[in-house]
Amino acid sequence: MGIKILTEHIGKEDLKPIDAYMKYGGYTAVKKALTSMSPDAIVEEVKKSGLRGRGGAGFPTGMKWSFLAKPEGKPRYLVCNADESEPGTFKDRYLMMHSPHTLIEGMIVSSFALGANTSYIYVRGEMMFVIRILEKAIAEAYAKGLLGKNILGSGYNLDLYVHPGGGAYICGEETALLESLEGKRGNPRNKPPFPAVSGLYACPTVVNNVESIAATSWIINNGGDEYAKIGIGKSTGTKLISACGNINNPGVYEIELGLSVEEFLYSDQYCGGIANGKKLKALVAGGSSVPILPANLITKTANGESRLMSYESLSDGGFATGTMLGSGGFIVFDEDQCIVRNTWNFTRFYHHESCGQCSPCREGTGWMEKVLHRIEHGHGHMHDIDLLVDVAKKIEGNTICPLGDAAAWPVGSAIRHFRDEFEWHIKNPSEATRKGAVYRKEAVFA
Amino acid sequence: MENTAPQLFKVTIDNIEVEVAPGTTILQAARQIGSHVAPPAMCYYTSLKGTGGKCRACLVKVTAGSAKDPRPMPKLVPSCITTVQDGMIVENTVNEQVLETRKGVVEFLLINHPLDCPICDQAGECHLQDFAFEHGRGTQRYEEERRTFEREDIGPYIQLHMNRCILCYRCVFTAEQLTNKRVHGVLNRGDHAEISTYISKAIDNDFSGNMIDVCPVGALTDKTFRFKQRVWFTKPVTAHRDCEHEKCSGKVTLWYKGEDVLRVTGRKNEWGEVTEFICNTCRFDKKKTSDWVIEGPAKVSHHSVISANHYEKKAIPEFGFKQAAQQYKQIDDLPVQLPEGEKKPVGIVVRPDSK
Repeated sequence: MGIKILTEHIGKEDLKPIDAYMKYGGYTAVKKALTSMSPDAIVEEVKKSGLRGRGGAGFPTGMKWSFLAKPEGKPRYLVCNADESEPGTFKDRYLMMHSPHTLIEGMIVSSFALGANTSYIYVRGEMMFVIRILEKAIAEAYAKGLLGKNILGSGYNLDLYVHPGGGAYICGEETALLESLEGKRGNPRNKPPFPAVSGLYACPTVVNNVESIAATSWIINNGGDEYAKIGIGKSTGTKLISACGNINNPGVYEIELGLSVEEFLYSDQYCGGIANGKKLKALVAGGSSVPILPANLITKTANGESRLMSYESLSDGGFATGTMLGSGGFIVFDEDQCIVRNTWNFTRFYHHESCGQCSPCREGTGWMEKVLHRIEHGHGHMHDIDLLVDVAKKIEGNTICPLGDAAAWPVGSAIRHFRDEFEWHIKNPSEATRKGAVYRKEAVFA
Repeated sequence: MENTAPQLFKVTIDNIEVEVAPGTTILQAARQIGSHVAPPAMCYYTSLKGTGGKCRACLVKVTAGSAKDPRPMPKLVPSCITTVQDGMIVENTVNEQVLETRKGVVEFLLINHPLDCPICDQAGECHLQDFAFEHGRGTQRYEEERRTFEREDIGPYIQLHMNRCILCYRCVFTAEQLTNKRVHGVLNRGDHAEISTYISKAIDNDFSGNMIDVCPVGALTDKTFRFKQRVWFTKPVTAHRDCEHEKCSGKVTLWYKGEDVLRVTGRKNEWGEVTEFICNTCRFDKKKTSDWVIEGPAKVSHHSVISANHYEKKAIPEFGFKQAAQQYKQIDDLPVQLPEGEKKPVGIVVRPDSK
C-alpha cells in the first residue's frame, strides 16, 4: 500500500467539521508556517519537493511561485482552480466534498508563501453542493481564527472567498478563469503577459489546481525533501487518479507516482481489472484531452519497458506511442466500446465548450464533430479520415489557449491507433450503424 | 552629453532588416517594410486598443527570439500582439508552415461563411475576400451544413448579417472605446457565438456608424447604402467638413455615382484601417456635395478586387498560375498503378488571357 498524503483520513470519519479534521493533525501546517517560517522558505520547500501542477500540464509548482512578480503597491492573489470539468476527471470534487479543510489549509499556507491577502477558490458552477461544503468549512476556519485578520497572532491577514463559476469548461483555463472571476466573459487572454505578472485585476496572480495546493500543507509539515522521496524521478509525490469506464472498482485513488499501470489497472486495491471479464481495448490516461492509447501500448511502452503512472513514463514515445498523465482522468474501454463513437463524443464536448474567440478552435471543433458524426452514422467517406487528421493538425498549436490542442489530440491519436476501425465504419455503414455493433480486431488486444 | 535618442531594435522579417522602436509589434514592423511582407490581419485594428490575437491570420514563425536568446519560439506567434526583440528573426511569406497554417485559417473562416459575395454590399472591399484570394486554397473541403442565425435588427443605420460575421470583436472594441455606452456584445460561445444587442435594442449613438467601417466582412453594413451600387462602380473622393462634434474628425471619403453621393465612410489607409473616426451626422446625413469641401480623388491601394475603380488584372492570372502549377505537379507526380493499356493522365495549363 502506497503512502497517502491527501486522502489518508478520508473514510475514517466525517472530516467536514473542523474539529474532526484537527483531530487528525489538521492545520498544524498553518501553525508551523505562520509562526516559524518565512514566505521565501516555504517557496523553497515547495521547490525542493518537486511538486508538479496537478491540473494537467505538470508545470513545477515551486517554479511557478518563484515567477510571481512582486511590485510595490500592488496586491498579489492566489486563485485555486477548482473548475474541474474535464470528462473523466473528478478527483478535486472528491477531495473537496470529503475533506474541504485540506484545501483550505493549503490555501492559507500557499497564500502566506506568496504574500496574498485575498484568495479565491473558483469552483465549477455545477458543483453547488461542494460550494456549500466549502463555505461552511471556511466559516468554521474564520471562527477558529485561521482566516481573517491577524491569523494565530502572526500579523498575517487572509480573506478566502469561494466563487461559483457558470459551468463553462473553458473557465478552467487559467486566464479565462481570471476573466470570469473579474465578472467578464470567460475568454482566455493572450499570453504574454502571464498571470504571474498581470493576472487578476491586472495584479500578479498565481493560479493552482486544488490538488497542488492541498499538497503544500504536507510539504510544510514534513519538508520538501521528504516529499521528493515519494514517487519516481521527476514525478514526485502522490497523485489522485479518478478511474472510470469498464473497470470493476471505479473511483478516486491516491497513488504514489511510479506505480505500474498494470498494477493500477488489475490490482483489487485499485481498479480491479476489466469488468465482466472482458478484454481491454483502449485507455485514456489523463482525462479526455490526452491521446488515447491502444491496449498493446498501455502496460508496456513502445520499447518494451513497463509503463508506470508517472509524467515521464506515460509520455514515453511522444504522441506517436505515448500519452500524458494530464489531470489523472483514467478512462478504460473494453472490447465492446466503439472508438469512433467515443471520439465523436469527445469532439462534441469540445465543440460545445469552445469559447469561440479564435477561429481555428471555433470552426475546427465544429467541423470535426460534424465529420465524426457523419462517419459514426454511416455517411462517411474515405477521404474524411485524412481530412480529420489535417483539420486537427491545423488547430493544434495555433490557438490562444490549450483547448484547441485538447480538442485536436483525441482525434489525431484515435486515427493514429485505430485507423482500421474508422475505415471499417466507412466501408460497412449498414453494419456499423447497427445497435451495439463494434469493430473487433484481435491484434489490438493485449 | 548623454544620448537620449531611443535605442532601436533590429528585426529581420523575411530576410529584410528593419529598425523599429522597442514595443513595436512584429506586424507593425513588417508593415514598415511594405505590403509584400506584412502578414494579413482580420481582427487586429491599429486604432483600437486591445484588438488582435483572435483570428490567427497573422501567425508567423519566429526563428530566433532575440540576439541575447536566439532560440526559436516553439509555436507560431500572432504577429499583431507579439512585440519585437532586438535581433529577432521572423519568417512570414518564406515559411511553409506559416503559409500552410494560413490556408487553414482561411478555410476555418470560410466554412461557416455564407459565401454570398454576389449579393453582399461589402464585396469588392471585403478583407475576407482579399484574405481568401491571397492565401486560400481555392477549393472547398467542407461538406456539412453551415450554421445560420436568425436575422436581428440592431438599429436604423446598421444592418447586421450575423451569418457573415467572423467574430473579430472589432465592433465590440469600437463601441467600447468610441461611444459612451456599449449596448452590443458577443453572446453564447463556440461557433454559435453571435454579435447581438440581446434585447433587440437599437444601437443609437453618435459614433455607432464606425462599426461599419471597422467590420472586415459584410456583417455590419450601411443601411443607407444597401443594394444601391457595387462599390467598384462608385468613385471615391476625399473630402472634409468642419464638424461641430468635437470627437469627429470630419475627414471622409465620399463614394460617388455620377453626381450623387451614395455613401460616406471614414478614410481608410493602406491597410484598410480608419485612423480618424467620424460621427453619424457626417456619415448618414451629409450626402450632398455642397456639405463638403472636396480634396480630390481617393486611391484605394490595399484591396485586390477594387482598386481605383477597375479590377487589378494581374492578380487573377497569378492566382490561377499558382493553382495550376500545384495541380499540374500533383498529376505529374501521381504514383498511380495504372491498368495495362491505359495512359497516364496529362495536365494542361490554360491562361485566362491565352489566345
